[in-house]
Amino acid sequence: MEFGGRRVRRNRRVEVEMSYPSSLQFYSTPPSGNVSLMEFDEMAVERLKILRTIERLNLSGQIKNSEEWVNKLYDDFSKNKYFIVKTEKISDDKRDEVEAARRQDHISHFIMRLVYCRTEELRRWFISNETDLFRARFQHIAKSKPEQITKFMAQNNLNFTPITNEELNSERENLIKGTHYIAGGDMLEGRTFFKVLFTEALELVKSRKVFLKGGFAYVPDTDLVTLVATSFRAHLSQALAFTNRALPQLDDDERLFKLLQDFDKRYTGNDYSEKKKGQHHVITPDMIDHIATKSFPPCMRQLNDVLRTTHHLKHGGRLTYGLFLKAAGLSLEDALHFWRSHFTKNMELDKFERQYAYGVRYNYGKEGKRTDYTPYSCLKIIMMSIGPGDAHGCPFKHCDTPVLKQRLMAYGIPTQALSEIMDLVSKSHYQIACQRYWEATHNATLETGINHPNQFFEESQKYISGTVPPSQGKATQHLVKGTRAVVYSSQSSHYSSGTSTQSTEDNTQAFSNTKRTELDASDAFDDDDDSALLASYVDTPES
Amino acid sequence: MPCSTSFDSDALNELLPIYYNRLFPYKQYYNWLNYGGVPKTYFSYREFSFNLADDIYLRYQSFKDQEEMEREIKKHKPHKIDIGAVFNFRPKDHRSVSVFTPMEKELVFDIDMTDYDEVRTCCSGADICSKCWKFMTVAIKILDAALREDFGYQHLLWVYSGRRGVHCWVCDAKARSLSQSSRSAVAEYLQLIRGGDSVAKKVNLQQKLHPSIERALYIAKSYFENLMLVDQEILSTPDQWKKVLALIPDPTLRESLENVMPQCVNSQQRWNTIELGITKATSKGEYKKGFSPHLVAEIILQLVYPRLDINVTKGLNHLLKSPFCIHPKTGCVCVCFDPLKADEFDPMNVPNLSHLMEEISQYDANTKEVNSGVPEYEKTSMKTSVAVFEAFLKGLNKENAGRRRDESDQKRDF
Repeated sequence: MEFGGRRVRRNRRVEVEMSYPSSLQFYSTPPSGNVSLMEFDEMAVERLKILRTIERLNLSGQIKNSEEWVNKLYDDFSKNKYFIVKTEKISDDKRDEVEAARRQDHISHFIMRLVYCRTEELRRWFISNETDLFRARFQHIAKSKPEQITKFMAQNNLNFTPITNEELNSERENLIKGTHYIAGGDMLEGRTFFKVLFTEALELVKSRKVFLKGGFAYVPDTDLVTLVATSFRAHLSQALAFTNRALPQLDDDERLFKLLQDFDKRYTGNDYSEKKKGQHHVITPDMIDHIATKSFPPCMRQLNDVLRTTHHLKHGGRLTYGLFLKAAGLSLEDALHFWRSHFTKNMELDKFERQYAYGVRYNYGKEGKRTDYTPYSCLKIIMMSIGPGDAHGCPFKHCDTPVLKQRLMAYGIPTQALSEIMDLVSKSHYQIACQRYWEATHNATLETGINHPNQFFEESQKYISGTVPPSQGKATQHLVKGTRAVVYSSQSSHYSSGTSTQSTEDNTQAFSNTKRTELDASDAFDDDDDSALLASYVDTPES
Repeated sequence: MPCSTSFDSDALNELLPIYYNRLFPYKQYYNWLNYGGVPKTYFSYREFSFNLADDIYLRYQSFKDQEEMEREIKKHKPHKIDIGAVFNFRPKDHRSVSVFTPMEKELVFDIDMTDYDEVRTCCSGADICSKCWKFMTVAIKILDAALREDFGYQHLLWVYSGRRGVHCWVCDAKARSLSQSSRSAVAEYLQLIRGGDSVAKKVNLQQKLHPSIERALYIAKSYFENLMLVDQEILSTPDQWKKVLALIPDPTLRESLENVMPQCVNSQQRWNTIELGITKATSKGEYKKGFSPHLVAEIILQLVYPRLDINVTKGLNHLLKSPFCIHPKTGCVCVCFDPLKADEFDPMNVPNLSHLMEEISQYDANTKEVNSGVPEYEKTSMKTSVAVFEAFLKGLNKENAGRRRDESDQKRDF
């Protein structure tokens, strides 16, 4: 088995004793040697579970990268006896065990690369969670065995030079004001600052957490981990693009191919990127206004309202709404017709055909990169940056409270539900608020939670057409399981026999990406950029 | 002649050929985009796109040298020229390669007056006047300072977009090679105003003012009174002051201020009252909770801080209107200007096509000698703008020469 497209002669048994001097790895060289299919699968599953743990924790409202966050992760790691813990032991009698754990770390990472290099969405998910894992481990080791960090940095040529005392004194004022974690002048004592190119500390730059001068960022030692993690992320991002390019070589091994393919299906689920077989939703332009009031989530209803009244949407809105409608079952011809009928109330037909029809066809993968684009999930919509004049975004997050309240009242939400929703919003539980909205408008309970506008829509359509009464959670279970963001599917099945209150609590836990949304919105943008970056690496199929 | 008046499209078709034949500064233009020929393919791998008459749109144009560019521009007489990225291959042959991807581009910024509609009272939409143009002046000052001081860029080309906005092209080699995520980070760093139409308060500052924001605030404050209170009279009607007061999160303070507003005589007085009210409230202990210590600053910034279209900055592959092309709706030249003299730049006084033609014939009538060797633009009001462009190129050429030296040094090493 070879990784990263590097050819090793297959018959020769390469049983090299790999040596892993550090428990942290940059994974720059692929592993060699033999692994049984069984082991292959097991390793992959364990790593996936670890990444899931991270994703779940991030969604639970825990402040990312905080000490508590690291501790919680490690509690989970040791409870489940994941290999991560073992890699950090350094006692001589257990040398073999440590070595084996580090090898598993190495190999499983590369297996996951194979699984998660296929699409942009998968890559983004993988990079984000692997980087978090790396950060957590880095922070954990930095606390318990700082000497290992020094060693690791030296091994991987990660050299950051501290600024001189002179510079520290001359920039004193600016460093105090510009550095996020420093509260007062006395906090500056005994601190080291590293002066790096701002491109090496993007995460800190974009949220204005460090002082910037002449293209250099002044990063305090407490943020060293960010520098290293940025480098890790960039490495991984590039490596995944290469893996993806080399992947076709693997297709001739049917066993692996099946395994990887299967993996993908088993654990990532429905992103509404393609129509499922037997999906009979078809909507036509004349139905839209009617079903918008009945079945659209507030974010899409808002877009439809704006479009209906102003006959225009800005770029972000056109993209969000266009993709949503596509997945809801609007055909390309109908979509063109729909957008044309609105836009031409403001402009010449000619202008529409020239400037906007392209965008509609683009959404359907008929122009430009020719990718059949995936409709945006709740998480993405919540994290989007909204500028003046924009109508897209999650109303629960992006609307001022009075505006939201007024709108919900206009939608006919009963007072009781309204105050519940407003309460959830004030605690930043946007998705649960949306779930409550669904329940209030349908007069039924929804156990699956809301994590995708199209899911909201489908649940609603199903309920209205009477195929599945959502109050009987079992029947909708497959949908939950299918949806990526719902790691909680495993959890909710625990509760499915319980009362609905319980399951709401469960959801509260799972969906409260609350603080994270607030504090780490910048992180989420990161993922966006990665995908853009990746897109530029990955070959674009020529038309 | 003001640029906001509409320009006859017949006149455009008639005058464009003359402009491209006699006035367009090809030499300097090529000199800019060639970047000293490091690497050699830099110019020929650059995408240009043309908008022609009758709305024909040509993408993926590229030229091997100045001569070919000049010929093609003169042949097509584009109504609009856009500049795209430098690709890994000649854009005009992009169909013949399997991997065609953008590699580099200037870091660009786009500020559009339409994004100021919620804070300006004089005009709306595509219209501008000398009153609201000051918003642009503030934006230019703030952005220019941040790009130079924080990011260390030196070669900034500021261009009037021909109607209602400005573009900034950051041309340093380091800026051109920025990755997509770096561009995003720069854009996010510079963006302060966040939130759509359903959010009232769009600027929220942290406890501690970052040096970059402090500087922006200093610039913003120096223009605030003149721009917002005297020119825009942002607080002259109840609707207007309600909009500003809506930015105060505390209802008690908001209401008490709203009650005294009618007693004041003008915007200045009302603003002073608001400012005083907020300062008093923030210094009092009981307001501390949930009350930003920088509320006044936040309001000022929301009103005058640059409103960037950050998607333009983020995208490596985003096309942007070229300097020195003609805005098809106004007939105005997209001239470059000196950011240090941003205060003096007057969009109402930008040369437009018919104006230029008059100037040439006037000059020729006054000078007896034919074919004096004077470049035609020297005869017109485009002169100053070309001079700015040349000064910019002078700085850029120094950088180019340095890079050329490095490149040849490297070659010798191997």
